[in-house]
Amino acid sequence: MNLTELTIADAAAGLRRREYSAVELVRAHTDAIAALNPRLNAYITTTADAALEAAGRADAALARDEARALTGIPLGIKDLFCTNGVRTTAASNILKNFVPPYESTVTANLLRDGAVFVGKTNLDEFAMGSANITSAFGPVENPWKRKGDEQTVLVPGGSSGGSAAAVSAGLAMGATGTDTGGSIRQPAAYCGIVGLKPTYGRCSRYGTIAYASSLDQAGPMARTVGDCAIMLQSMAGFDPRDSTSVDRDVPDYSAAVGRSLKGLKVGIPREYRAEGLSTEIEAAWQQGIAWLKEAGCEIVDVSLPHTRYGLATYYIVAPAECSSNLARYDGLRFGERVPAPTLDGMYEASRRAGFGAEVRRRIMMGTYVLSAGYYDAYYLKAQKVRTLIRRDFTESFQQVDVLLTPTAPTPAFGQGEKMDDPVQMYLNDIFTVPASMAGMPAMSVPVGLGDTGLPLGLQLIGRPFDEETLLAAGSALEKAAAFTHRPAIRAEVAK
Amino acid sequence: MSYTIEGRTGTWEIVVGLEVHAQVISHSKLFSGASASYGGEPNTHVSLVDAGFPGMLPVLNRECVAQAIRTGLGLRARINLESRFDRKNYFYADLPTGYQISQFTHPIVGEGTVEIELSDGTVRHIGITRLHLEQDAGKSIHDQDPTRSLIDLNRAGVALMEIVSEPDIRTPEEAGAYLRKLRQILRYLGTCDGNMEEGSMRADVNVSVRKAGEAFRTRCEIKNVNSIRYVMHAIETEAARQVEVWEDGGTVDQETRLFDPARNETRSLRSKEDAHDYRYFPDPDLLPLVVEQDWVDELEKALPELPDDKRARFQKEYGIPRYDAGVLVAEQAIADYYETVARGRDARLAANWVTGDLFAALNRTGRTIQDSPISAQALGGMLDLVSDGTINGKIAKEVFEDMLETGDSAADIVERKGLKQVTDTGAIDAAVADVLARNADKVEEYRGGKDRLFGFFVGQVMKAMAGKANPAIVNEALKKVL
Amino acid sequence: MSLDPATVRRIARLARIGIDESDLQSLQGELNGILGWVEQLNEVNVDGVAPMVGTGHAALRIRDDVVTDGDCREAVLSNAPDVVGPFYTVPKVVE
Repeated sequence: MNLTELTIADAAAGLRRREYSAVELVRAHTDAIAALNPRLNAYITTTADAALEAAGRADAALARDEARALTGIPLGIKDLFCTNGVRTTAASNILKNFVPPYESTVTANLLRDGAVFVGKTNLDEFAMGSANITSAFGPVENPWKRKGDEQTVLVPGGSSGGSAAAVSAGLAMGATGTDTGGSIRQPAAYCGIVGLKPTYGRCSRYGTIAYASSLDQAGPMARTVGDCAIMLQSMAGFDPRDSTSVDRDVPDYSAAVGRSLKGLKVGIPREYRAEGLSTEIEAAWQQGIAWLKEAGCEIVDVSLPHTRYGLATYYIVAPAECSSNLARYDGLRFGERVPAPTLDGMYEASRRAGFGAEVRRRIMMGTYVLSAGYYDAYYLKAQKVRTLIRRDFTESFQQVDVLLTPTAPTPAFGQGEKMDDPVQMYLNDIFTVPASMAGMPAMSVPVGLGDTGLPLGLQLIGRPFDEETLLAAGSALEKAAAFTHRPAIRAEVAK
Repeated sequence: MSYTIEGRTGTWEIVVGLEVHAQVISHSKLFSGASASYGGEPNTHVSLVDAGFPGMLPVLNRECVAQAIRTGLGLRARINLESRFDRKNYFYADLPTGYQISQFTHPIVGEGTVEIELSDGTVRHIGITRLHLEQDAGKSIHDQDPTRSLIDLNRAGVALMEIVSEPDIRTPEEAGAYLRKLRQILRYLGTCDGNMEEGSMRADVNVSVRKAGEAFRTRCEIKNVNSIRYVMHAIETEAARQVEVWEDGGTVDQETRLFDPARNETRSLRSKEDAHDYRYFPDPDLLPLVVEQDWVDELEKALPELPDDKRARFQKEYGIPRYDAGVLVAEQAIADYYETVARGRDARLAANWVTGDLFAALNRTGRTIQDSPISAQALGGMLDLVSDGTINGKIAKEVFEDMLETGDSAADIVERKGLKQVTDTGAIDAAVADVLARNADKVEEYRGGKDRLFGFFVGQVMKAMAGKANPAIVNEALKKVL
Repeated sequence: MSLDPATVRRIARLARIGIDESDLQSLQGELNGILGWVEQLNEVNVDGVAPMVGTGHAALRIRDDVVTDGDCREAVLSNAPDVVGPFYTVPKVVE
C-alpha cells in the first residue's frame, strides 16, 4: 500500500484499524517531501522532526481510542497562516525570519482535531499572484506535465500553488489554502485537486497574514471532495477574535457529500462563455452540465451581467486594502530592517528590499486609488460595482441553488508564459474573482484532462453559507468524472 | 466680550474651532484586550494586536462605544445609530499598523452644543460638529539614546474621543470657557478624566482671522496644546501673526503649527511638499457599528445630572444665586458635598460656608474637596449648632478653624471650649449694665442722637461675654435700656 | 487617467517604498497599463448604488471591556530587529 496515495477519509479509518501507524503515515509524507521538494519547491519550511513527534502523540491517542477527526493526518499549511514557533514568511523576504508567538485560529482548529503539520507551503508573495512565481523562495513547479513534454515546467497556479502541488504530488494528504480572488480554486484546477473557498466569514482570519481583508478566506485543498468536507469541518467556525467571522453553527459537511441532487437547480451563467474560453474548457463544462443533469439536476440559464467587471473591480479593491494591510511591514517591530540614518529612509529601504516587484506594484496601485482626488473615481466606484456583482449573484440564487462555471480559462501554463504584462496574468482569475467579490462560497473540482493531458477544473458557486450544496454537487461531479489521474511527478513514483 | 485686533488696515476678528482629543475611561483598549491604564512598565500594556503583528485583528470594546454615546448625550448631540470605522493611513514610528482606526465619514455622534458662560455673565452656545472614536498612538522617547528613538506602545490603541467644535469661538476667553465646560461635562459623565497635564485631554486649535462681515479666511491648525492657558495664548499669538501676514500683503497657508509657550510663538510643523494624504477608507476588518436606540435610551436614563441641569436645580431648589450655583456645580464632588450640607438646612447659609470658608480653607491647605479635612456631615453638624442657637455665627468661625485643625466634631469643640452661646438674659443684662456704667459719656452721646454708637455697645457687651452671647438678645437688652 | 513620473514618485513616497530611476519607468508603464484596463468600469452605471460594506451576514461584534491581553513583552519584542531594553527602536526622530 502506498500511504501517500490515500484519502484523508481512508487514512483516518486505516489508522483506527491499526493498519498502519500515524508515524508510518507521516514518515511516508516527510520522506516524499525530502525526495521531491527540492524539485517542486512546494514547501518553504519543512517540519519533519516536529511532525514525527506529533505523529507519535497521535499514535498514543489512537491507542487510547481518543482519536479525533484528523488525528495523525499529515497536512501542509500555507505559509500565510501564523504557526506558533514555526517560521511564517508569506513567501516574502520581509518576513523571512519571522517566527510568530501565536497560532492562527484555522491551524489551531486543525491541531485541536489531531492534524500533523508537515511543513509550510509555498505561495505567491503575500498571496499576490496566480502562478506562484512571485515567491521570494522561488517558484513552485506543477507536478503535472503536458502529454509528451517532460521538459516544460508548468506553474501550479496561485497563490496557494505550494499547497496545490504538495497535495497533488502526495507531499501532504491535504493542505490549507487562502483565497482572495481565486487562490484556492485556480491552483486546485491547475493541479487536479479539489479546493474549496468557503463563504466570507466562515473561517476565521485571525492569525492569517492579510492580503485583502474583505476578500481573504481560508479553505481546504485535498484530493477528494469528501476530504475537503472533513478539513472544512475542522477549520470552520465562529471566532470572537475576528470581527468579520460569522456566528453560525457549522453543519455536518461530510453528510452533504454524496447527497442526492434530485431537483437541484443548477445555473449556467451565460457571461462566462464569452471570455475567450478554450474549446477544451468549454467541452469540460458541457460534460459537467450533462453529468449534473444525469444526477437529477435541472439546468437553468442565468445571467450575471456584472461579473465581467469583477476582475477590474478586484484589481482596485484588493490593492487598496493591501496597500494599507502591508503598511505594518516597516522594519520596526518584526521583519527585516535595512538600516538607514532617518526613519523614512529606514522605511523606504526596508520595504524596497523586503517586498518583491508584484507586491510593490500592488501597494503602489492601491496607494494611488485611495489617494486624494482619486478615491471616488476608483475605490468608491469599485465598491459600488461590487454591490452590483453581489446583487447579480443574489438574484440568480432566487432562481437556482448553485452555479456551475469553469474554474480557469486555460489549464496550467508554463513558467515564463504570460509574464510580460501584469494584466495578462490577472486574467487567469477572471472566473474565480466574481464569487470572491460577492463573498459567496465556491469550489473547484477536477473533472478530466484536457487536450494536452492537463487537469481541468469546474467551479461550483453556492449561496452564502451553503457549502453543503457545493459539496453535494461537487461529489456528484467527482463521481461521474471518476477522476483518478495522477501527476507525472508524485511521491509514489519517486520511490 | 468682544476681542478684536486693531491692525493698520482696520479691525480684525478671530475665528476659532477646537478639536479636543479626550481619552476614554475604560479598562481595556479600543480594539484589544490590553490594559488601557496609565503608566505600567514600557511595552507591557501591549497585545500583539496593538503591536500590529501579522494576522492580528481588531475587536471593538463595548464600553468605549457606551462612553462615546454618553458623551454625545451630554453634549446634547445626535447619536448616529450607524457609524463606521475608517483607516487613516500614514507612517510613523509610534503607529504600529501604519494606519489609525478612526471614524471619518460616519462618526458615532453628530451635531450638538455646549453652553458657556463668560466672566461678564454672557451666555453663548458653541456648536459641536461631531464626536468620533479613534485609537491613540504610542510614544517615542528621544532623549535616552544618542542615535535612536525608543518606542513604547503602552498608549497605542487606547480609545480617544475626538470632539470637534464648530468655528463658533470668537475670543480666547471663549476658548477657555469652552474647554473648561467640556472638561466639566466629561468629568461629570465619567467618560474622560480631563487631565490635560497627563495628556488625557489635548486640543488642536484651528485659528483664522477676518474682517467683520467677511467669509472665513484660511485657517491654521495648532496641534496638541496641552493646557487651557496655552490654548488661550496660542490663539492670541497665532491671530496676531496672521493679521501681520495679511496686512503685509501675504497669504496665510493652511498648515499645521506648533505652539511654543516658552517663546510665545507658533511655528510651522511640516513643509507643504510632505503634505499628508491619509487615504481614508472603511476598515475592512470591521463592519459598520449599529447601535440600538434601546441601548441609547438605557444609557441616557442612567446618565448623571449634568452641570447645567444641576445649576438650574440648585438655583430653584436651594434659592441660591446663579453665580453661586455655578461655582458649586463646577465639580460633581463639590456639588455632592454641598447638597449633603444643604439638605434639610439653611441652603443659602450652607452655600456661603462652602464657597466661602471651606473653599478658602481648601485653598490654604492645598487640598481638594475629596480630601477635605471637614466632611460634609461635619460641616452640616456645625450649621445645625448655628441654627438651633447653640453657637452664633462668630463662634462658628472659631469652631470651623478648630475642626479644620483637630478634625473634632463641632459639638465636641463647643463642649470642650465651652463655646455654647449664652442666652441667659440675666447674665446679658448684667453685662449690659456694666458696659453702660463704664461708658457713661458714650451713653450721653448716643442719647444725644449719635445712633451709630449702638454697634459700639454691642461690641463691648459681646467682648465682655467672650463672644458667646446671643447677638439678638444682646441687641434686645441694649435697646431696652438705652 | 495616466500617471506621470512625478506622480509615481509621489505614490512611492506615500507608500514608503524606495524607488530608483530604473524602477520608475517600468512602474509607470505597468501602473498605467493596469489603470487603463480598469477604465472599463466607466461603462458601469452606478447611479444610486451603495458601495459594498461588509457582506451583510453579520453585525459588528462588540466585546466586553475586560483586560484579557497584554503583559506579554517578550512576545511583543520577540521578532524586533533592534531592541534597547524594553523598547523598540528607530533611527533618531528629530521633532
